[in-house]
Amino acid sequence: MQHTLVVLVEDKPGVLNRVASLFRRRVFNIESLSVGHTAEPGISRMTIVIDSDQVSAERVIAYLYKLVNVLQVEDLGSVPAVMRDLALVKVAVAGHDRATLLRVVDETRAHIVDTGEQTMTLEITGEPPHVDAVIARLEPLGIIEMVRSGQVAMRRGDTALSAAG
Amino acid sequence: MQRTGAQIIWECLVHEGVRTVFGYPGGAILPAYDAMLDYPVRHVLVRHEQGAAHMADGFARASGEVGVAIATSGPGATNLVTGIATAQMDSSPLVCITGQVPSKLIGYDAFQETDISGITLPITKHSYLVTRVDEIMPTIKEAFYLAKSGRPGPVLVDITKDAQQASTDWAWNDAPVKLRAYQAHRIPAKSDMSKAIELIKAARKPLILAGQGVIQSNAMKELRAFAEMIDAPVALTLLGLGGFPASHALNIGMMGMHGEAWVNHAIQEADLLLALGMRFDDRVTGNLKTYAPHAKKIHIDIDPSEINKNVRADAAIVADLRETLRELLDMLEPSNHGPWLKYIASMKGDTAVRDIQRLPDNGHLYAAHVINDIWRLTGGNAIIATDVGQHQMWEAQYYHHNDPRTLITSGGLGTMGFGLPAAIGAKLAKPDAEVWAIVGDGGFQMTQPELSTAAQEGVKVNVAIINNGYLGMVRQWQEFFYERRYAATPLRSPDFVKLAEAHGLVGLRAEKRPEVDAIVDRARQAEGTVVIDFRVEQEDSVYPMVPAGADLDAMIRRPEPSVLVETADDPI
Repeated sequence: MQHTLVVLVEDKPGVLNRVASLFRRRVFNIESLSVGHTAEPGISRMTIVIDSDQVSAERVIAYLYKLVNVLQVEDLGSVPAVMRDLALVKVAVAGHDRATLLRVVDETRAHIVDTGEQTMTLEITGEPPHVDAVIARLEPLGIIEMVRSGQVAMRRGDTALSAAG
Repeated sequence: MQRTGAQIIWECLVHEGVRTVFGYPGGAILPAYDAMLDYPVRHVLVRHEQGAAHMADGFARASGEVGVAIATSGPGATNLVTGIATAQMDSSPLVCITGQVPSKLIGYDAFQETDISGITLPITKHSYLVTRVDEIMPTIKEAFYLAKSGRPGPVLVDITKDAQQASTDWAWNDAPVKLRAYQAHRIPAKSDMSKAIELIKAARKPLILAGQGVIQSNAMKELRAFAEMIDAPVALTLLGLGGFPASHALNIGMMGMHGEAWVNHAIQEADLLLALGMRFDDRVTGNLKTYAPHAKKIHIDIDPSEINKNVRADAAIVADLRETLRELLDMLEPSNHGPWLKYIASMKGDTAVRDIQRLPDNGHLYAAHVINDIWRLTGGNAIIATDVGQHQMWEAQYYHHNDPRTLITSGGLGTMGFGLPAAIGAKLAKPDAEVWAIVGDGGFQMTQPELSTAAQEGVKVNVAIINNGYLGMVRQWQEFFYERRYAATPLRSPDFVKLAEAHGLVGLRAEKRPEVDAIVDRARQAEGTVVIDFRVEQEDSVYPMVPAGADLDAMIRRPEPSVLVETADDPI
């Protein structure tokens, strides 16, 4: 089962290393990891996706709390949450009908963010399965380069996660 | 007042109450060593930095205070690693201070540069790299606070040479350390308490499993009152020994791989396990799938990550053990488990002809006898530090500890070479105590140069080498599980008596049982450190033994001897 852990950490040197080292040492495979600022200066937010059973996920959360720089951990695997992933995909335009590509773009709500002579770069945003599906449709057209941001997530409704606890 | 970073280090240590440190100087820590001469701190010069970490650890375990080890950058720092990992596995409060190359050289592979805060990241409670003089005080304060609060552990502070050399306007800040998320103190939650009470009241065959948490939360008195209140037998982990008096009627002994047979049987038959400050290590549980199949489990620990890690708890209390037991005592009525206690006593009766009395009378010296004799002759009042292996298990079986902090041993990491330096550290923490290092011939040679440290510092410890000419525990495993193929376990050692004498110390040797008393007495009366070479039976094994991963009650028992040795006067 997939667990999406949101981890608020102090923005200090080596914190990402500490978190990553914990997952390595306790033998948990990170499927996706993204890190960025929060609205509060000095606090960073990590979204970590792991595939594990419930007991193991609870273990990971307990271990995360043992790290001195970890402030809050929330498992969004079992609550309603907005999940987003972003992909940039550079697709070849030569060798097939440009209209086919534009139709895929139109039907999948992808955005053209750059065009070159031989390629077109698309931005796809959405729930991870949506991004997967769009990429699957683009594959036959010839993906030249791709990057994904890793999943980010936020609980739905008025409940907010804050470093203050 | 104006202070250099180097001076601030010592100001902080003195303010934290440190009077003894263990270390080894070198280039990147030289400013700190230079400043040291002006502060009222005793520095113990070790022969290898691993010894410094173990001594600081022994100091911490004997006293309950934070132990301090100091080393230079690069190899000095990496030599601490085994000692730090040892302290981490056994939750021992340590602050290790290392020098680092000047900050502008970090990342350029400078001479003796190593990323020690990174290297120690997974084996410390926390690690710091300090590159500015004004960070030194807050960091050292945090380090001490982290090391000793909550579940204790080692903290490493790596300080660049330029931060030590820089000056700043400095004053001691008395304000308590505040960390944003770190929660040192936890109080028991009401709902967890009532669930535990329910289980305790329903139990007919309760059994207390007491670990080192009892000693670390100073809950000896409370544990005693609690055990008597609920009338439950107490089994101890290796690190828990001394947390509950060996002489107490409810103490049934050590559990686990080399625990007494009736203890492991009792665990397998209990209907309630009360795990107090212990972590269900694999050496304690054996096969988890068949572990204590009839028992509900109550787990009390200060570290939430220990709950449900190895054994699923039916009730869990994450809090300080002493406070929890006090509250439980207020909520409980005395109960009586006479039939259960009688049953355990009857199992004990079956095996009451103890291993120690069943050794063949072939004129050889047996390790169990030696250790039991040391126990008898020291009145059970000595602090014992051990290495790891057979002698360690015999110590746990035949030296009966009534008091906390009297057994200092590497449990979790199982670090050979721990015994001698840990004993030196313990002696410096408790100068009035009688301190013994009980070590094997293998482990002793790993940190044997620390004999020089003992000699130079005038520290008196008695070193009992249980010399069987093998890496004994590995040999035992080879005997049991590898068809007696003794790969790399026969061990030729130097003449330990001459070795002691080469250090200006007293060396003694015993080869027969009747010699033991006089030699132990001589060692106790001698002024300086004494090394005793006990030449014991070579192919003796530790019994009982639960093979690794086997069911807890599937024990290998001592084979029936053909001749019984005369041990009528052996107290059990």
